[in-house]
Amino acid sequence: MKPGNFSKIVLLFTLLFFYIPIVVLVIFSFNSSKSPEWTGFSLRWYYQLFTSSNHIWRTFVNSLIVGISASLFSVIIGTLGAISMYLGSEKFKKLMWTTTYIPFIVPDIIIGVSLLIFFTTVHLKLSLFTIFLAHVTFSIPYTMMIILTRLQDFDKSIIEAAYDLGAARFTTLRKVIIPIAFPGVVAAFFMAFTLSIDDFVITFFVAGPGSTTLPLQIFSMVRFGISPVINAISTLLLVGTIFISIFLRRYVRYII
Amino acid sequence: MKSSKLLKSFESYGYVYLFWLIVFFLIPVLAILTYSFLTRDFQGGVRLQFSLKGYRDILNTTYLTVFLRTVFISLISSTLSIFVAIPVAYYIAYSRFKNFLLLLVIIPFWTNSLIRIYAWIFILGNNGLINQTLLRLGIIESYIKFMYNNFAVVLVLLYTYLPFAILPLYSSIERLEKQIFEAALDLGCTKRQVFFKVLLPNIKQGIISAFVFVFIPAIGTYAVPELVGGKSSRLIGNEIARQLTTAKNWPAAAAISSVLLVITIVAVLIFMYGGEKRETR
Repeated sequence: MKPGNFSKIVLLFTLLFFYIPIVVLVIFSFNSSKSPEWTGFSLRWYYQLFTSSNHIWRTFVNSLIVGISASLFSVIIGTLGAISMYLGSEKFKKLMWTTTYIPFIVPDIIIGVSLLIFFTTVHLKLSLFTIFLAHVTFSIPYTMMIILTRLQDFDKSIIEAAYDLGAARFTTLRKVIIPIAFPGVVAAFFMAFTLSIDDFVITFFVAGPGSTTLPLQIFSMVRFGISPVINAISTLLLVGTIFISIFLRRYVRYII
Repeated sequence: MKSSKLLKSFESYGYVYLFWLIVFFLIPVLAILTYSFLTRDFQGGVRLQFSLKGYRDILNTTYLTVFLRTVFISLISSTLSIFVAIPVAYYIAYSRFKNFLLLLVIIPFWTNSLIRIYAWIFILGNNGLINQTLLRLGIIESYIKFMYNNFAVVLVLLYTYLPFAILPLYSSIERLEKQIFEAALDLGCTKRQVFFKVLLPNIKQGIISAFVFVFIPAIGTYAVPELVGGKSSRLIGNEIARQLTTAKNWPAAAAISSVLLVITIVAVLIFMYGGEKRETR
């Protein structure tokens, strides 16, 4: 049954709904006046962002430090988890599934509050390190699942074959499993990086003084009111998002 | 036989994963439950003494209203998302430009949520684009308050989480054998019957996922009501943050979080169980 006009109209309105606000945001990042009324094209807000906004760039650097380190860690833990689930016994798989599913049904704010309480209880000072721990925690269920989906495209017998032909356990891992998993590992890295760089609410609870990330910075700027500098930041982040989306599009089936 | 032993030996690789989630997810969540039964320390934090005051502090009509409002707003947002997402996902699944349209849904999905919230403040806020334009044209004397109410919260939640509903529905419609619709039509079904008796039952799993994917982030949202809600649209998330930061009442914050956790789990079980039951009928 071909979709009718109704579906077409809903799709059209949905896309307008998605994109009008974003396009307006981008257009006004090039506005010369501070208030949202078009007075002419100008790059002054980008100029301001690049020349006199050191505090914003510091938060961006923090986000990059956390994003890269947390993604690397969660990809390593996720890969090991995916391999164990791919090859383990049914009973073990069940345990892994349960552990993986529960974090998905807990709202982010509860993960944030629980980690704040946990870090306070064990006297761990809130810093970039606690943000890193939090980001690894919410990323690993995703990285594990993406890599597992990739592994499941292959028959387990090739691993048995490698072993039967005399490959040692570590050789099997290095020469057979890792190469098979690799595209999934790359996708998982980008997924974890995007989750990390976008996260606001969990980071909000586990960040300490001096460990502000870019989303926390944007939040406090937005709370303060409209500013074309936020439009400029948004435009730059959108460009990054579009690139990542095109890249991750190939792996969308691993993500849903 | 030795190879099956090899496969099993890889199980130990998963221990790090399990260990990490037990230490940084399971234990912290249990810590919330524990904190909700402890005594408040006015500096923030708790003292190790059993107390039900955390729960007593939130057992009043103010909090009941906040809880009901949060559940109501989340249910509305997830229901509206499903209504919009089914035709959208259906159209995309059949389109010749499937990949491109899907990308158009995925881009907002990956866009930073604060930017998406800000986009609406920029347009509808008191000093936003529409108000400024109307003021300049002399159509209005002073700004119109489009935002800072429940409507704005639902609008922005819908804007933020609609892609979460479209993607799972798309993948379950995509998987369907398209001929089943033709078969139903050939056998004399009306289009309406095809929709209700063939399409909906077959994408039930997608509908449940879509509902849960919108409901869970919506019920725990903090940034949306904080930035576009008003005094009368405070949600559970705002109250948790307020008790933790300004009020420094950690047992109360833990008690609210515990209740939120229970509501979420019960809601998810109802969606899933409700879905299962209809299947067996």
